[in-house]
Amino acid sequence: MKNTYTITAFSENHIGLLNRITIVFTRRHINIESLTVSSTEVKGIHRFTIVVEDTEEQVVKVVNQVEKLPEVLRAEWYLNDEIIYREIALYKIPIDVAIDKNIEQIMREFNAHMVDIQDGFVIIENTGHVEDTEKLYEVLKPYGILQFVRSGRISISKQKKELSTYLNELPVNEYVKE
Amino acid sequence: MKNVNKITGAEAILLSLMKEDIDTIFGYPGGAMMPIYDKIYSKGRSIKHILVRHEQGAAHAAQAYAQVSGKPGVCFATSGPGATNLITGIANAHLDSIPVIFITAQVPSMLLGTDAFQETDMISLSMPVTKWNYQVTSAEEIPDVIAKAFFFATTGRPGPVLIDVTKDAQLGTLDFNYKSIKSIRSYNPSPAIQDEDINQAISLIASSERPLLLAGHGILLAGATSQLKTFTDKTKIPCAVTLMGKSAISEDHPYYVGMLGMHGNYAPNILTNKADLIIAAGMRFDDRVTGDLKRYATDAKIIHVDIDKAELNKNVRSHLAIHANIKDFFDRIIPRITYQTPENWIEQFRQLNAIEEEKVVRKDCFPGNGKIHAGEVIYLLSRKTNGEAVVVTDVGQNQMLAARYYQYKNPNTLITSGGLGTMGFGLPAAMGAQVGRPDNTVILFTGDGGFQMTVQELGTVFQYNLPVKIVIFNNNFLGMVRQWQQLFNEKRYAETNMPTPDFPLLAKAFGIEGELVKDRTEIPGALDRMLEHSGPYLLEIKTEKEANVFPMIYPGKAVDEIVLEP
Ligand SMILES: Cc1ncc(C[n+]2csc(CCOP(=O)(O)OP(=O)(O)O)c2C)c(N)n1
Repeated sequence: MKNTYTITAFSENHIGLLNRITIVFTRRHINIESLTVSSTEVKGIHRFTIVVEDTEEQVVKVVNQVEKLPEVLRAEWYLNDEIIYREIALYKIPIDVAIDKNIEQIMREFNAHMVDIQDGFVIIENTGHVEDTEKLYEVLKPYGILQFVRSGRISISKQKKELSTYLNELPVNEYVKE
Repeated sequence: MKNVNKITGAEAILLSLMKEDIDTIFGYPGGAMMPIYDKIYSKGRSIKHILVRHEQGAAHAAQAYAQVSGKPGVCFATSGPGATNLITGIANAHLDSIPVIFITAQVPSMLLGTDAFQETDMISLSMPVTKWNYQVTSAEEIPDVIAKAFFFATTGRPGPVLIDVTKDAQLGTLDFNYKSIKSIRSYNPSPAIQDEDINQAISLIASSERPLLLAGHGILLAGATSQLKTFTDKTKIPCAVTLMGKSAISEDHPYYVGMLGMHGNYAPNILTNKADLIIAAGMRFDDRVTGDLKRYATDAKIIHVDIDKAELNKNVRSHLAIHANIKDFFDRIIPRITYQTPENWIEQFRQLNAIEEEKVVRKDCFPGNGKIHAGEVIYLLSRKTNGEAVVVTDVGQNQMLAARYYQYKNPNTLITSGGLGTMGFGLPAAMGAQVGRPDNTVILFTGDGGFQMTVQELGTVFQYNLPVKIVIFNNNFLGMVRQWQQLFNEKRYAETNMPTPDFPLLAKAFGIEGELVKDRTEIPGALDRMLEHSGPYLLEIKTEKEANVFPMIYPGKAVDEIVLEP
């Protein structure tokens, strides 16, 4: 049965690693729904958050193949209920609309914020699951949205042991002394 | 003030290789590579460079050299076409897990990404077929990158790595200080075995009545051949091998039961589906081994031991998946195991084996009349060399017959292109094997088709006087494809029939001796002359045009549906 899985991988920062990781997915024709790469709290280590729709069996195989890459420190996969996850969305709407009192009420309902005002338009920010930001999009649409953009997923696991602890415990590379 | 101790990146590359105990390089020069070749000129005494005739040949030779010598292979090529010519060889080493360090030259870093003359993006091109790769753009990086390359290539599941070095990095200078690498935090090449795994393996084996051991290439790569022998001696568990696992156990071992897979032996294929326990040791259940996966090992519990975690449960679900070096696994289980295989199970292998002997082997190896069969030549050469030569094959019928009829005795004595099935692998690989084992007899079995794919390497064989014994089975066909056309396309022989040159004459043009054998009676004498000749020798043997390789598991069929004849 197909399901939504969030795969996280931690890697040494290295040009081309993104390519190496995505090859694992494209070879098996697995569509990446969302992909976020960012630096972590540990210097030099990067986090990949990859969302896919597939069977658990396929996901386990790709996670193993990602983890096998020599520069990947660790790769894991989660179901939605095992993580807290968010996407961030930005909405650009005309300023005259924004002054409308409905908008203030909508923003309160959705817990959205106005993050910038420019000549002629404002930028509203909303964070949540795709369904939430999608819903706000639908609500704002009648007022006229000039531009809409949504980020890939970021997630944090509900596990006890913090990954940052794990990352900090990593040994340094060892060399054979001359 | 200029530091007098500084050396160039080009020199650092050679010094780093020497620090890793490398004394042999296969390669081909070119513009972007010139600073490195200039240093080879002055280091000629400590490093031997073998100049091939095409970069693909260098890649295959370096891989075969690695397989027979136990040292990683090293291969050089220039930027652009030199580097792209390597791709087939890199992919071949990748699929067969052979440690080879490929070093390619690149345009100056200033020109990267501009479609400069002879610029190709080798990092992207080689990414799916290397274990690791890296582009060096400054001289200071060189020692550390080479140390990493050796570490990744040779540890864990071995594989090819590629370092792309820009010309300015070769010309730049650095303070040279080389340190080999012992561990890298993102990479665990030696997973620890759990006691629980060994306990479970022992109890699964203990409750089995019909166990079958499948030995793969992992045994050879891990250097675990003596452990395999001890384990088999002790338990009498029938031991079958994959194509790449050939020579992991001597074929005269009493519990060796043959080769698995599409053209493997009758008994181990059929009995895979009778076994109640399969111990897969350093093998990866390739589709050429398993046939139809849904009907594979239908009665068996499976213990799968492999150093590559991604192989576990990839093709076949196992009951006990052990992520470990196969050598460690054997070392841990051997002292504790007391299991003895029931004699009646071993007997079943002998019975089926007798059927194959009668229906296939006798016809192939002792045909008596009619056209020459490649099988009889291979079998006779096996006897004449006492199973102790290093055998190299090309791809096709010649390969399957060489795997079937040479009686391998010693580890790493079959060098063949298993995973990629690369025609043209044979001749360059034979060169590499001969360079790696100068005192061994190296015999190449090749087809007329595959031989012509890399025939230019005869020039290299001549230049270095590599005494390889080249046996071409000339059936005037792309034999293996023709066999499929006969079996599955009603003999519509589309584009598989080709006229061939006079091969001994061609060899002569390269300064290599040879002869043509057309008649069965000439075979023993010709083989003796070839073996006694001190230099390279080429034998062209005209064989039966439409001979087929059997047994065979037809595509899509199950292992126990293997047939002995069409
Ligand atoms: C580079 C490459 N191209 C094509 C093939 C497909 N192929 C596999 S076996 C074969 C025929 C080989 O013919 P030959 O070299 O004469 O050997 P024979 O089978 O007759 O022993 C071909 C074309 C291949 N394996 N490799």
